[in-house]
Amino acid sequence: MPTPAPTPRQSVHDSARRSAHEEVGLPPSTFPGLDRGWSRVVLAADAGGLTRRWHLLDNGPALEAAGVPVRGTVLAVHGNPTWAYLWRRVLEQAPPGWRVVAVDQLGMGWSERPGRPRTLAQRVDDLAGLTDALGLEGPVVALAHDWGGPVALGWALAHPELVAGVVLTNTAVHQPVEHAAPSVIRLARAPVLLAQVCRTTPAFVRATTALSRPSLPRGVRDAFAAPYASAHRRDAVADFVRDIPFEDDHPSRATLDQIADGVRGLDVPALLVWGPRDPVFSQRYLEDLLGRLPHADVHVCPTASHLVLEDSPEAVGVVWEWVQQHVSGEPAGPEGQGDRASAVERRHHVATVPVAVDVSRPDETAVVELGGARPRRVSFGELGGRVEALARGLAARGVRPGDRVAVLVPPGIDLTTVVYAVWRLGAVVVIADAGLGLGRLGAALRGAGPRHVIGIAPALALAALTRVPGRRIRVDRSGSTLADLAAEGLGHDAPLPEGLDEDADGAVLFTSGATGPPKGVVYTRRGLGAQVALLRDTFGFGPGERFVAAFAPFALYGPALGLTSAVPDMDVTAPHTLTADGLAQAVEAVGATMVFAAPAALRNVVATAGSLTTHQHEVLAGPRLVLSAGAPVPASLLHEVRAVLTGAQTQTPYGMTEALPVATHDPTSPGEGSGQGSGSGGEQPGAGVCVGHPVPGVEVGIAALDPLGVPAEDLQTSPGVVGEIVVRGPHVKDRYDRRWGTQRRSARPVGWHRTGDVGRLDDQGRLWVEGRLAHVVPTADGPVTPYPVEDRVRGLEGITDVAVVGVGPVGTQLVVLVLVPTRRAGALARTTGAPRGAHALAGPDLAARARAAAGVPVAAVLVRDWLPVDVRHASKVDRTALAHWAEAVLHGSRQRRRGGAPRTRSR
Amino acid sequence: MAGRVLVTGASGMLGGAVADLLAEHGWDVTVMQRRPAGGRHRELLGDIRDADAVRRAVTGQDAVVHLAAKVDVVGPWRDFVDINVRGTRRVIEALRAQGGGRLVQVSSPSVAHTGRSLAGAGAGPATPMRARGHYARTKAAAELFALEADSAELRTTAVRPHLVWGPGDTQLVGRIAERARQGRLALVGAGTALVDTTYVDNAATALVAALERIEVAHGQALVVTNGEPRPIGELVGDICRAVGAPAPRLHLPVPLAWGLGAAVEGATALSERVPGVPTITQPPMTRFLAEQLSTAHWFDQRHTREVLDWRPAVTIDEGLTRL
Repeated sequence: MPTPAPTPRQSVHDSARRSAHEEVGLPPSTFPGLDRGWSRVVLAADAGGLTRRWHLLDNGPALEAAGVPVRGTVLAVHGNPTWAYLWRRVLEQAPPGWRVVAVDQLGMGWSERPGRPRTLAQRVDDLAGLTDALGLEGPVVALAHDWGGPVALGWALAHPELVAGVVLTNTAVHQPVEHAAPSVIRLARAPVLLAQVCRTTPAFVRATTALSRPSLPRGVRDAFAAPYASAHRRDAVADFVRDIPFEDDHPSRATLDQIADGVRGLDVPALLVWGPRDPVFSQRYLEDLLGRLPHADVHVCPTASHLVLEDSPEAVGVVWEWVQQHVSGEPAGPEGQGDRASAVERRHHVATVPVAVDVSRPDETAVVELGGARPRRVSFGELGGRVEALARGLAARGVRPGDRVAVLVPPGIDLTTVVYAVWRLGAVVVIADAGLGLGRLGAALRGAGPRHVIGIAPALALAALTRVPGRRIRVDRSGSTLADLAAEGLGHDAPLPEGLDEDADGAVLFTSGATGPPKGVVYTRRGLGAQVALLRDTFGFGPGERFVAAFAPFALYGPALGLTSAVPDMDVTAPHTLTADGLAQAVEAVGATMVFAAPAALRNVVATAGSLTTHQHEVLAGPRLVLSAGAPVPASLLHEVRAVLTGAQTQTPYGMTEALPVATHDPTSPGEGSGQGSGSGGEQPGAGVCVGHPVPGVEVGIAALDPLGVPAEDLQTSPGVVGEIVVRGPHVKDRYDRRWGTQRRSARPVGWHRTGDVGRLDDQGRLWVEGRLAHVVPTADGPVTPYPVEDRVRGLEGITDVAVVGVGPVGTQLVVLVLVPTRRAGALARTTGAPRGAHALAGPDLAARARAAAGVPVAAVLVRDWLPVDVRHASKVDRTALAHWAEAVLHGSRQRRRGGAPRTRSR
Repeated sequence: MAGRVLVTGASGMLGGAVADLLAEHGWDVTVMQRRPAGGRHRELLGDIRDADAVRRAVTGQDAVVHLAAKVDVVGPWRDFVDINVRGTRRVIEALRAQGGGRLVQVSSPSVAHTGRSLAGAGAGPATPMRARGHYARTKAAAELFALEADSAELRTTAVRPHLVWGPGDTQLVGRIAERARQGRLALVGAGTALVDTTYVDNAATALVAALERIEVAHGQALVVTNGEPRPIGELVGDICRAVGAPAPRLHLPVPLAWGLGAAVEGATALSERVPGVPTITQPPMTRFLAEQLSTAHWFDQRHTREVLDWRPAVTIDEGLTRL
């Protein structure tokens, strides 16, 4: 090495620094999305009293010129190495009367290059000097990104009289010495690399805008890099990196610690907007900020990386919505607040069942688990005792009321014990379905930020692999068993909490994510109890009833209701692994009166019924009720089920993770219509899927669709009006987890839940589902809902399945039918399911029959060997993937193929 | 509102239909064409390349529906310019010379088609420099002249019907049927690209609507179609069945069709220049055709339908039964 490497504290190439006042100029007007009118130069005293030239993007002068009084100001502080351009959409979307002052920090962007490195303390004072010069008045919302966070928060702590809120995006205020912390930054800070990466070359500047997937437009990337075109202009970029106090004795350490501690006392509203794909500011920093600002709202943009407002521009709208709701005494919708209050009020008046083991009949069997060498059994008394002991054990391991506990234990007695123990402690269970797939499961759990993870060894390995945070508690045969944990609790004599707050969080579950990444759904304890009570009352669960739990969500509720349950020999996360034999064993084990199973499970039961013995047939005649949920259940399947379970009625509850049940229905009962399925009586083809009457205690409203397929704000209940199905009830989710904006949009009107399904009410008050809102085809003649069209085509001879998709731009989309013919002419590849070229077109006869049956204009009739389905339920057609395929086929040869062949095939 | 109207190019299928419909609407119709067609309308013989003939025909008319054009896929550039561009300008000048009137310029979506797939597209601006082929380029220039002429005295609009077909159609249906019967009909590519077409009666009602609603429709170009895009392979097959010809079985790979088109164009150009060689007038393939047959081109009809207060009355299926 020719020269000794400079220490981090020394300035690299000090001798090479040019004059402090190198002219930086102003941003040209050619940058995408940038209004040159916002650009402004202001002179202000810096931390040392020297006058500095600042560049801002500021709509204040425009507001003043227009004579619009300022309601409030957003003070936006960028990080390293970006500039105020980062906030252009915040300026562009500013609501009337809102001023945005987006600064270029000194040495950065188009502001003056001061020539010397600036410490964090100086930067905070610099900003104060600027706001003094501007004469900034309150209320002010501080908005920051990256290392602008500590600067903006430092400023906020020093100006409590002005600050009315803070909005932080992918930032941090705490840098634990023991953590290698943002390893990317740490690497960039290695002395040898620092100069190269940050200053001599634009590598760091360019890398920052290269993190986004899909990548940012070239014009935007160039705009971010423009003020850092030369090494001299990048001095501050390197200095900034050097100023991150990784070491205990770093000059900025004390300031950062002060700010980090001060934030705990910040009692203004706070919003954290986060891109979880950030390799620098990882989830850990979000959890750290939430620890300091426990009252903060969180909005995670699941696909966003470091530049969260670039990757998820819709979050800018969320920021403004939040700011308007929280700051400057603006009307936050008084009737909305009233609605919320009344919704809470209503909840207190509905029946709920405590989420605790019902031990009123201690000697009765609570759970039987089949599938091992011999069945495991536990009585209610034993279960209650184990739950109590395990709760103490978990308390000894540090689980506290309110803590989130991810539970990665297979369904059965152990899972039931763990979940009730967590509830006994007043903690929050986080449960994700393994059916989500590894990546999505990990992302879901990670996003929920559990403080503890209880699981079997393979699940904990998975959690480690997917970087799920939280302390690990391993429970399996080889490690510590539940019994060991319970034993630990014996030596821990702190009393378990009593009189738990029923409005506290009880569970975080996840949506299937068939149309996007899985979202966490938070239930309060009261909401869970209301769900249990609703299920009990709707289906008439009586004392002493026993059921087979082949459908995970309901399996857990038996102990709370005092109902005996049997877990059959199957992989509950893979419903189609339930056989008729397995079901018969489980029914016999407890003398079940009810069976809960997913449609895929029932399908396999029907398929394997041939192997049943005479005795087993008699056993299966016992249950009085079969409940099936999770996807639309064809009436034909239920008829087949009733041929096997000869004594049973069938019920198909309709609902979703956010609200279950909403309605229930028996498609096999005479006089009840359902379009799904064929060959059964009482159908009304072309009407959609009848899901029955809303269950008592649940209200259903319809938000009518406009010509573009957008649902209205207000709800109606007039028969025949087609729109988004909106529901209200005591068991509806409390909120989406860490999705402030998503929650707000889903809860319109306040207290209701927008299901994302479309449908209508009939004149008997029954609810009909016509498809997903996302799958409505907005044609030039108005929106077309998929199920009714599919129903009309499904009955055609020679067709086993059909899906309706739309191609083309919204508002002028075309309806395309995708058919699965029973037998395809000619030799075709049956492995891909996604034929290419001419093989994708239906033959003239089939096309003509399908067009005639559809009842709406159809642009094209395509054929495939199978339809792609979503990964979770293996039963909902993935129309999004299908639409991409159809679009590619119908676009002709010059179009690059998008989407390609979907990978999951239906069973 | 009816008055005197001149229809140029009325000897074609669409021109004839427009003339008939205008007469039904009470217009006093004069048609202008090169050769006597013996229709039921007052007929003026004349060539659009003859400025005097055009002026004589236009003078005294309240309106002109201008269809006369060179629509071939090959031919000398100068002919296209003279007929399509200068022809339109002669009509405009004649209207101006008599103090104004109305002009419905019949154009084509290809004036804005640059070879890419169009799905749900609007009527983009005509681009003479980027359009494909002599016909599209000259029609693009003509449309720009026509729309530029729009003024309080001279109201102009451009209507772009896409792939007009119907009974007696010698262009689309006629050629498909002829080649299919000869066993020479091949689809370019897979034949899955969605293509809009226009049944002749619908194109005619749209043109008449444009004329009668020109106070709303003036100054803009409107794409007109049936609003029923179909995969081109299915449509060609349907036409073949409708006329009793065998449906095509051959699929020409797109690159091959394109290469073939280029070769044919070369040969055609050569045949025009080399004396003694018969001139190719109906080449089996051109690059433009290869693109048209292998890429999606269908259009957003909402604006057109609103402006013209018009809906197509004849569906594709009905139209096929009339072939």
